[in-house]
Amino acid sequence: MDWLTVFQNSLTQMIGVSAIIYCLAALGLNIQFGYTGLLNFGQAGFAAIGAYAIAVTVATLGWPLWLALFFGILGAIIFALLLGIPTLRLRADYLAIVTIAAAEIIRQVARAVSLNDYFGGSDGISGKYAADWYALNPLPVGIDTALIRFSRNDLWVVINGWTLVAVIVLITWLLMRSPWGRVLKSIREDEDAVRSLGKNVYLYKMQALTLGGVIGAFAGVIFAVAAQSVQPDNYSTTLTFFAYAVLILGGAARVFGPVVGSMIFWFLLVFVGQALNNAVKAGYISSSILRPDQVGQIQFMLVGLGLMALMIYRPQGIFGDEKELALDER
Amino acid sequence: MTGSKSEGGGMRSPMATGKVARRPGYRRVVAFALALFAGLLMAIAPAIAADTGLKGTVKDPTSGAGIAGVVITSEGDGFTESATTGADGKWAIALPGEGTYTVTLDTTSLPSGLGLANPERGTTSIDAYSGQVKTILFPLGDGSAPAPGSEAASKWSQIPQLTVDGIIFGIVIALAAVGLSLVFGTTKLTNFAHGELIALGALLTFFFSSIVGLPLVIAIVVAVLASAFIGGWVQNRVLWKQLRMRGTGLIAALVVSIGLGFFIRYFFLFVFGGQTRQFDEFAGQAGIEIGPVLITPKDLIASFVGVILIGLTTYWLLRTKAGKATRAVADNPALASASGIEVEKVISTVWILGAGLAAFSGVMIGLQSGVSWYMGFQVLLLVFAGTVLGGLGTAFGAIIGSLIVGVLIQLSTLVIPTELKYVGALVVLILILLIRPEGILGRRERIG
Repeated sequence: MDWLTVFQNSLTQMIGVSAIIYCLAALGLNIQFGYTGLLNFGQAGFAAIGAYAIAVTVATLGWPLWLALFFGILGAIIFALLLGIPTLRLRADYLAIVTIAAAEIIRQVARAVSLNDYFGGSDGISGKYAADWYALNPLPVGIDTALIRFSRNDLWVVINGWTLVAVIVLITWLLMRSPWGRVLKSIREDEDAVRSLGKNVYLYKMQALTLGGVIGAFAGVIFAVAAQSVQPDNYSTTLTFFAYAVLILGGAARVFGPVVGSMIFWFLLVFVGQALNNAVKAGYISSSILRPDQVGQIQFMLVGLGLMALMIYRPQGIFGDEKELALDER
Repeated sequence: MTGSKSEGGGMRSPMATGKVARRPGYRRVVAFALALFAGLLMAIAPAIAADTGLKGTVKDPTSGAGIAGVVITSEGDGFTESATTGADGKWAIALPGEGTYTVTLDTTSLPSGLGLANPERGTTSIDAYSGQVKTILFPLGDGSAPAPGSEAASKWSQIPQLTVDGIIFGIVIALAAVGLSLVFGTTKLTNFAHGELIALGALLTFFFSSIVGLPLVIAIVVAVLASAFIGGWVQNRVLWKQLRMRGTGLIAALVVSIGLGFFIRYFFLFVFGGQTRQFDEFAGQAGIEIGPVLITPKDLIASFVGVILIGLTTYWLLRTKAGKATRAVADNPALASASGIEVEKVISTVWILGAGLAAFSGVMIGLQSGVSWYMGFQVLLLVFAGTVLGGLGTAFGAIIGSLIVGVLIQLSTLVIPTELKYVGALVVLILILLIRPEGILGRRERIG
């Protein structure tokens, strides 16, 4: 068993593209769920909007990347408004049901055969979306060390991705210190009290949903640019659930929660997957118990169990403050 | 419910604060039940494992007898193999290993007057996994399927058929929705793992019929009872009751149910594999014509049983003491407890009932379109749509809402492509929340 490769892959994924994507998705959720208490289970839908905005605009229509980015943000705002208007006046679980349904609507529309010409059906859209942007890459070569390994293009994505994360973390930190952020937190704690102070709770919730959704769309943008393709099934509910696991692991309502959570999550996920894979190949685990193609299923089962255990025994995650997250009473 | 925030103490039931008498025997029963459950599901995997290959039976649609001499060809990466059906209509092809293969039924080898029920399904593409024998079915008809062009003209004549299909689908959704709604009503838990109870019923039925070898009807009864016990009583006992006693909040419990559903789904994938399988019996059953409507006897009987189950549940809720207690708990747990109702006992009953009904819903789906690990989650959102449409927390609303959703999904195929029919239902769900968020039978105060 080659432990060094396992370790190298795990460390690479810990700061790799996947970690950035889920970190961004979780940063959006942090504003919605962590600070405002909104149960958005449709983050995959927001990410899909960001990704498809890039793919359709650049690959299908042949328009520039910056315009695609604009469409992605616009699309996320419209989606947030569509979801928010009917549900934000209702109890929290209605938003959960509607957002999870809406994300499924987006995925099923994107993979529909009858709309193949626009969204490419279940194969999605592949193409050189971001050739111009990759051409800006000043790095001569990638990195190949014993601990981490990135190709030249991946390194460019990773550097830009974490820069984007840093900017969003900074914005979140500034916003949550501001009076606006304090209103969000008090909505989470006691909506009626905020209302009695004359604040328009509905409007604040809508703003939080929209902001979190736009950040979620950025997750999709990075996904599309890094993979140079979009597939509808990458934006299933699994993405949302993973993002929740990331957020709760790191600690909701903490600025750095999603960042730390995403890194640990991907390190553990890849490490367990690779270790199991190697163990099966080396014959430590009989293939009658575990076939190599079943390793992914074990990983997913562990994510499910982990999410349950965290929520039951340590809902504040690693860095969260238990007092801050009064998740009850809504 | 008074509707005040501090009062709606989430998962906490009045029992939570009191001392709970812990009988040591319970632990052992629970451990035994879990071991049994794991054992059952683990047993599926090796039982299926055999040589890699394909098999199936070609049957006459009217008599149900096997047809001999039909040629089936399988092609893959540099591999071609043909098989001819025997006197019993059975055929089998051994495959060299994993990969993607196409399977084609040679229509010229069929007896005259017979053709494929769906001419486009003469060739199917399948993914074969090593150690698995897949069943491939080619349902036959009289070979006179309508030409594609004539379909549009007769669109309106499809309405009776679609309505009946919709009602059957509505019954499927309603069976699952009653449990979801009752659990929500009594414990305020929005259970995102409810879909897995649907899949559990179907998977256990498959296990008892195709692997243990029980006749399907008996397998269904055993599977529904086993699901009610494992998915209802044990689940509540091991997980949700403990969370209520810990005082876990509503939203935390919701996220727990998401994690649980995720875990169970991939556990099902792990033991059952990724493909959709049919029950051995009644798989290619031909439909009978009743007026303008074509319906298979198995669907007719299953729907009939489904309606009886829903009727019995309604009777139980309205007329029996336990049912009245359930409605009392749903209305106000604290007051119900003060009036001498054992709240925990009611919740346990509701879980058992809900899991059993959901299991039968899964059996109905399995009879219609086969069993797969993902089937529960696929329907779950539609179950939510039905529940919300009728009013979250009201059992009767859930039934009516589900029937509307079912009929609406089928009728919507007149206007939108069939592949997008579920999308239509989900859009309606969102619209309903805009217009009447409390649902058809819900009460305004419930939505807080």
